[in-house]
This record gives sequence, C-alpha cells and structure tokens, in this order.
Amino acid sequence: MKKIYPDAGAALDGLLADGMTICAGGFGLCGIPERLIDAIRDSGVTGLTVVSNNAGIDNEGLGKLLRTRQIRKMISSYVGENKEFERQYLAGELEVEFCPQGTLAERCRAGGAGIPGFYTKTGVGTQVAEGKEHKAFDGETYILERGIRADLSIVKGWKADESGNLVFRKTARNFNQPMATAGRICVAEVQEIVPVGSLDPDCIHLPSIYVKRMVLGAPYDKKIEFRTTRQREAA
Amino acid sequence: MPWDRNQMAARAAQELRDGYYVNLGIGIPTLVANNIPAGMEVTLQSENGMLGIGPFPYEDEVDPDLINAGKQTISELPSSSYFGSEQSFAMIRGGHIDLTVLGAMEVSEKGDIANWMIPGKMVKGMGGAMDLVAGVKKIIVVMEHNSKGGDPKFIPECTLPLTGKNVVDMIITDLAVFHRPDHASPFRLIELAPGVGAEDVRAKTTAHYEG
Repeated sequence: MKKIYPDAGAALDGLLADGMTICAGGFGLCGIPERLIDAIRDSGVTGLTVVSNNAGIDNEGLGKLLRTRQIRKMISSYVGENKEFERQYLAGELEVEFCPQGTLAERCRAGGAGIPGFYTKTGVGTQVAEGKEHKAFDGETYILERGIRADLSIVKGWKADESGNLVFRKTARNFNQPMATAGRICVAEVQEIVPVGSLDPDCIHLPSIYVKRMVLGAPYDKKIEFRTTRQREAA
Repeated sequence: MPWDRNQMAARAAQELRDGYYVNLGIGIPTLVANNIPAGMEVTLQSENGMLGIGPFPYEDEVDPDLINAGKQTISELPSSSYFGSEQSFAMIRGGHIDLTVLGAMEVSEKGDIANWMIPGKMVKGMGGAMDLVAGVKKIIVVMEHNSKGGDPKFIPECTLPLTGKNVVDMIITDLAVFHRPDHASPFRLIELAPGVGAEDVRAKTTAHYEG
C-alpha cells in the first residue's frame, strides 16, 4: 500500500467533511502540520472541532482556519496571542473548551489507546472539575476525564521511511505523538522521506501503523515566536 | 528594601537540591535558572517535551524546533532528552518532578492558588499549570506581595478561579517567605527581605499565618 501522496490536498482527499473533529499536533508554532492546515483551508470544509494545544497566531498555523471561520470549536490548553481568536471568542462565534495541557495530552493518548476515560488529580477543586465524576483512590480525590477520538489526525514529523515509520525532531515532537494516535485516520507531513531500512527500528518515535497517508512538506520556512539568544563572550 | 525580581528568584533557588528535576514557570520563575548554585546538578524540565534545558542559543545556533514552554528558543545539553507531551505530563502528573516554581495572582492561607483567569477578561487558558500544581512534589509560588493597586495577594480565600486547591508549599514575595511543612499545617513567616519589618508584612497581608 502506497502511503505517499504528491501534495497535502491529495493526502486529505476524501477525508474531510463539514462538522468533523480534527486532532492537530504542534506546540505554539513548533511542529505544526502547516501544509495540511493550508490544504484544509483550501478545501473550504467548515464547522470543524479542532483539538490542539494552541490555536496558532494571527495568520499562522490554525490561525489561518480561524480567519476563514472554518473552526466552530477549539479544545485547547492555551490560546495565547491571537487577535482574531479573541475577537471571535468574545463575540460568541467560536466555542472554546479549555483543557489542562497534561489532561489534553492524556485524553488523546488514551483515546488512541482504546481507553474511554481515566482518573486524574489535575483540576480537582477547579472549574475544570465541574460536572465531572469524582472518585477517591487511596484517600485522594480524582476526576474522570474522557479519552478523545477524532475523525482525523494531522501531524508533522521530521523523517519518515516509505512505510510510514516516523521520527520527530527535538521539541517539535510535542503533541504530534499523542495526536497521531487519536484519529481514526492520521495524515502526516514530513521534512524528508527516506527508503525503508534507512531508519534504525529501535529509534522510531511513531510506528507506521498510525500513519495512513504522508506528504513531503519541505521546504519549510519554520517560524519562531520568541527568538531569544545569548552573546558569545569575547575571546 | 524589598527583594527585586532577580532576588526573589535567587531566594527560590535556595530551595533547589542536588539531583533535583525542576519545572520553572514563565516570568520571575524563569530567572531561577540563572541562580542555580555552582556545582549543583539540577535538571530543568520543559513541559513541551524536554529534560535538560540549556541556555539561550547563540545567534547562529537558533533552531525553530527547539523551544521552551514559553515558546522561546533554547539550546540542548549533552544530557538532554526529548519526548512527547503525553510523556512530559506523565512525569509531571506521576510525581516524578521534585519542584516547580510558579507565578500567581492569588494564594490563599489554605494553599489554594489562582493564576490562570480573571473573569470578564480574555481567558488564554491554563496551559500546564493545573497539571503542575496537581502532580509536582513541591510547589513554590513567587509573586509580588501586593497587586499593582496595593491589594494583598496572600489572602484568606482566593477570589479568582482556582488553578489548584491546597497545593502550595512555599510563597516567596518581594517582602517575605512563608512556608508550611505539610498541607494540613498553616503557613509560617520564615524570612523577611532585608529592612522589611514583620509588622509591615502583617499590615500588607490578609491571610492568616503564624510567626
């Protein structure tokens, strides 16, 4: 079965529908599946629920889908600096479910692992716990959180082999790993596709079983939100 | 003289121990990294998926794939490791991180913390703060003693929506340090900034504390 598609639009062909739920990898603008986001924008699909730690910034990442108003609801932990997001949210045009970051990661991991719910201490005694089942284990209170299953996962990897084994790079791994498992189908964009046998099987971050379709997204012009550096001391 | 931001961070750094794994919040807590005692091995965790945060990179080493949880570019160390968000929070939630230093808008005398939303203002989200206060072994809050308007921030009950209930172990402000040995005990005033009087702190605090 050939998993490699010529472009992001082709890789998503037949997978998009109005009102669907999409899990998207990335943290801030680091490791976001930007080619696939562009292709979703170009498809015009609408009424989306997007599960993503962040919502991009204006005109970058998921910010592009907010601008075109294709997103109906976000499930996120931190939406940060995004004027269009703020405007739509305050106007009541966009629904937002805030979910603690670790709970969000685990909800996707659990959903992908066939676990419909789990108990966690995170959020006990806060707004997050309202309406959720509470249960005591060994004298401590926990709340029930639901696993997330999505119609589609979109992720970004660094290297893939032709069979779909994926390797991520540095902190660009982030949510890509749990998000990839939570979708009924996962489409990955990568910087490089190498022949089968080129990657060390002991060093695969995401086994090929999770990756159903792939597209080569390079060349990338990766964005940096906050460029912080230090000076070399004079020799 | 009240402590300045860096002195507050330096005071928090005195709580570090050799071998600790530590997560630092954004703002003053980040400055703790500059105050790690020489010779002490402390590993910093970044909740976007890294252990062993290095210093800011040199200009020619900036890498968009290498950022901290504040989305700033950073560098790696020979001992660094990378992992996914699910693994990152497994180590946080699972009690494997020894210490976290966080900012706060309010802390109550019972150790509740509020630092993620102000009703009526734009809500940006809690990020990883709720997971950190629920899972890390020791929680230190570093914050100004009073708000810009002069209101106490260490108070009997939080007025803002909580990030965590009965979770804070130590509070370091620009005026003083409060500590409690366990989550059933009241906070005790254990230290004053140089030249700051205990009566002054008392007058600027509405929370009950001992000492």
